[in-house]
This record gives sequence, structure tokens and C-alpha cells, in this order.
Amino acid sequence: MSYAKPLPVPDADSRPFWEGCHHHKLLIMRCNRCGQVRFPPTTFCSRCQAHEHLWIESTGRGRVFSWIVVRHPVPQEVYAEDVPYIVAVVELEEGVRIPSNIIDCTPELVRAGLPVHVVFRDVNDQISLPVFRPDPR
Amino acid sequence: MWKLRDKYAIAGIGWTDYLKNSGRTVRSLASEACLKAIDDAGLTVADIDGFVSFNFNDSVPAIAVATEIGVPAAGYAVDFLSGGNAANMIILTATAAIEAGLAKNVLCYRAMNGRSGFRLGGGRDIVAHGVNQYTAPYGWITYPQAMAMWCRRHMIEYGTTSEQLGEIAVTFRQNAALNPRAMQRTPITLEDYFGSRMIVDPFRMLDICLETDGACAVLVTGAAQARDLRRRPVYIMGGAYGGGPNQGEDLFDAIRWPDLAHNYTKYIAEDLWRSAGVSPSDIDLAQIYDCFTYSVIMQLEGLGFCGEGEGGSFIQGGRIARNGKLPLNTHGGLLSEAYIHGLNHVIEAVQQLRGDAGSLQVPDAELCLTTAGAMTCGSAMVLRN
Repeated sequence: MSYAKPLPVPDADSRPFWEGCHHHKLLIMRCNRCGQVRFPPTTFCSRCQAHEHLWIESTGRGRVFSWIVVRHPVPQEVYAEDVPYIVAVVELEEGVRIPSNIIDCTPELVRAGLPVHVVFRDVNDQISLPVFRPDPR
Repeated sequence: MWKLRDKYAIAGIGWTDYLKNSGRTVRSLASEACLKAIDDAGLTVADIDGFVSFNFNDSVPAIAVATEIGVPAAGYAVDFLSGGNAANMIILTATAAIEAGLAKNVLCYRAMNGRSGFRLGGGRDIVAHGVNQYTAPYGWITYPQAMAMWCRRHMIEYGTTSEQLGEIAVTFRQNAALNPRAMQRTPITLEDYFGSRMIVDPFRMLDICLETDGACAVLVTGAAQARDLRRRPVYIMGGAYGGGPNQGEDLFDAIRWPDLAHNYTKYIAEDLWRSAGVSPSDIDLAQIYDCFTYSVIMQLEGLGFCGEGEGGSFIQGGRIARNGKLPLNTHGGLLSEAYIHGLNHVIEAVQQLRGDAGSLQVPDAELCLTTAGAMTCGSAMVLRN
């Protein structure tokens, strides 16, 4: 069965990120000049404007910065089976924030500061989505 | 900083009916609102030489309106690809164009079949290009879903409650009940608010604005000319547009925004008040951009009506009701009057300041704030009579 949900379309800036996800590594950019870590990937560093950069592997650990619980599915036909689902902005240990889903967690358990770690959901042969699971208590 | 205090005025306003299914082209709606604004001012089509609008590819180009209504020489006809953030900015841009000699009489309009045509509140492009590749694959797609993340962060940092959001919805509906233009005129209670369907927690249905087919237009001209026209001028006293660092790649994107508990108002407040030469305590009433209930709280904080984190309690206890100390959204707002992307707030402000607001009139309205936008960028004006 084909995958009906939106699939990321990698571009010249993001291709290494999605290739990393494909290999179950969460890669983020670090500026080679000033050391600022950035997400999403961009050609230039917004702090020092350098383009030289390294891809570093995030620890994949972070905390919930904010979250929502989607209860009304949009588009209906795509998300009807998924609601309620949690979308969160996760602050990674490296300091950048990344939107994702919190999985294996009920809406009642999610809270600000909840410690989470990345896992990868293989949605097709090329794309694996980084999603987050609450740390074991 | 905008430096044209009291040099320009709104001389005419026009609007269409606000409907769910207009059965008309957007060009037709825009043209009707513009013709009404010209007539309201006592000008003729031949006097118009500028147009400014904004759209999400859901409107009609300025030159199309100029063509339909027969403007002989549209010199300054500009369309911004923008959202509600631009609803005051287009008016400030009109003053800049006139000041620079690019035009004399400028129509600012917003037109859309926002319910029967392209629905901003529904799905966006479901193909995850650009910055959407980091959001849409997780089912984070619609504007209610985007802004619920901001509201939650405000609740986390400051303890803002659903009761407080509900009071905003109830208060604005009380205003709409008096407004013949309003799409939703049936009064609601806090119980109705809590009983409305949870769409995207923390937003219930009644936290979310309407979707509307319709158009608004505002005619901007020099203050001296405005004094000779049919209507009492409403002067543009101050204005500001902008946001802080990391405004993102589009209006949805706030991944790098410093703190979701504060929005653009924090960054434009100083310019706004300095440009107008007044402070929040001087404001008699305000039309605050209310695409969602919480955005009212964030803007009141950002503009300095109360301290950061105090907005939730500030709006409680009737302060923002029409007989309160700071009446807000006296027409019912985007939540209950209509969603013409914030330009209907300017229409209401002008009517209040002219004393033309009929059943909605607030006594002694002399200074009215309008705002436009809810997230990383936006605009605001101080208008006076």
C-alpha cells in the first residue's frame, strides 16, 4: 500500500540530513567558523555567514519544548486513523529545536520538559522519519 | 521607524457582505469594496492612482481591480504575498508611496473567497517541499495546528488557562451579536466554549476564527486633502511593521523563532509607540488580530498593555468588554464578525473614530489601535480622529 502522508522532498541543503535519517542517524549542521549548531540545514550560518560546515550526529536526546494534540484530522482521509496524535517541538541537547511526533505516549503523559529520544520510522525505501519516544522512567 | 505622524489619513472605507458562499469572483468582491470606498470618500475612480493588496494566491491582482473599475492610470499597483501580518503594513506602505510621489490616492484592499474557495484554515500544500519537509510529514499542516503550538508554550511559561481563552471568545461574540455585518451573532457562554469540539488541543472550535467570502477596502490619502472630502478623516498617527530575528521561511515556520510564548509585537512595540507619540494607557479601544483567541493575549503583552505573562488575567473580569476599560474587537473580530484577514479590523476602527459605528459605537472613541498578525511578523497602527 502506498504511503498517503506528506513525504519530505529533500533538497540540496537537506539531502545529507535525510540520508542520515535513512541510516538512522540524526545529523545536524555545525558551523566550521563560529561553531553554531543549526537546524533546519541552510547554506550559510546565520550568526557568522560562513558556509563551511560539518554534519555532526546528534545524541538524539532532547526535551519537549511545546506540543499539540491533533484530534480533528486534516486532511480527513489521511489522518482519520491517527488521531489523536502528538506533534511536538523537541529541543535537542545540542540546543536546536526540531518538530516531530511523540510516539508511544498518551496525550495525558506528554508535558513540557519531558525527556525524549529519537527513533526512526522507515516510511519507504528512501525516507525514514525521526520521531521521538519518551525516555524510560 | 515610520515618520509620517498625522500626515496621512483614511478618507474612505468599503466592504462587501461577509458570506460563506458568495457565488462571485474574487475580482468582483474586490471591485465592489473599492468602489464603495471611493464613493464613501466622495472621490471618483479617476482620482485613484494606487492600489496595494496582499494575498496567498487567493486574491486578485491590483491591476485586475484597476482594470475592472476603470481607473485611467494606476501608477502604483502592488501585491504582497503575505498573510494577516500585512493588513496594516499595506496601509503604511500606501503612505510611503504617496510621500514618495508614487501616487496620491491609494486603495488598500483584501478580497477572498475564503470559505467557498481556497480555505486558509484547512490543509496547506501537502507536498513537503522547502521548510514544510520538517513539519508536514509529522501531520503538522494547518494554521490551527501551527498556532496551537504557540498557545501551548504560553500556557507552559505563564499558566494561561482555557477559561481565559474562553472569555475572549465569549466577549467578542457579545460584540458580534450587535453587529449587522457579523457572520456569527448568536451569543455564547463559557459553557458553550468548553462544549465546543476539541480540534487541536489546546484549541477548541471556538478558539478558531471564521472563514469568509468577502472584501474590505480602505482609501488612503494626504491629510490636507482628506479634510476637504466627504467624511471626517481618520488620521494615521503611528505605525510599525516587522518582527524579531529568525522570522522563518514562511508564515508557518517558527522552528528557529526565539520563544513561542512571545510574538512579533514584542519587537515592534517601541517603534509603534514612538511613531505615534502615545503609550498604551492613551488607547481608548483596540482591534486586535484574533485569528485565534490566544493571539490577543500575546499581543496585549507584547505591546505593553500588561506585563509578559499577565495577559491571561488582564483580559478577565470584563476589562475588554465594550463597557470595560479597554474595549477590544468591538465588531466581533475575526472570531465572530468575519475573516477578511485583518482588514475588517481597520474598517471597524475607522467607523468607531468617525462616530459612525451605530449599534457598536463606543462613547468618546478618539484613539484606536489596530494590529495585524499573530506569529513572527506583523503590523500595527494607532489611528485617531
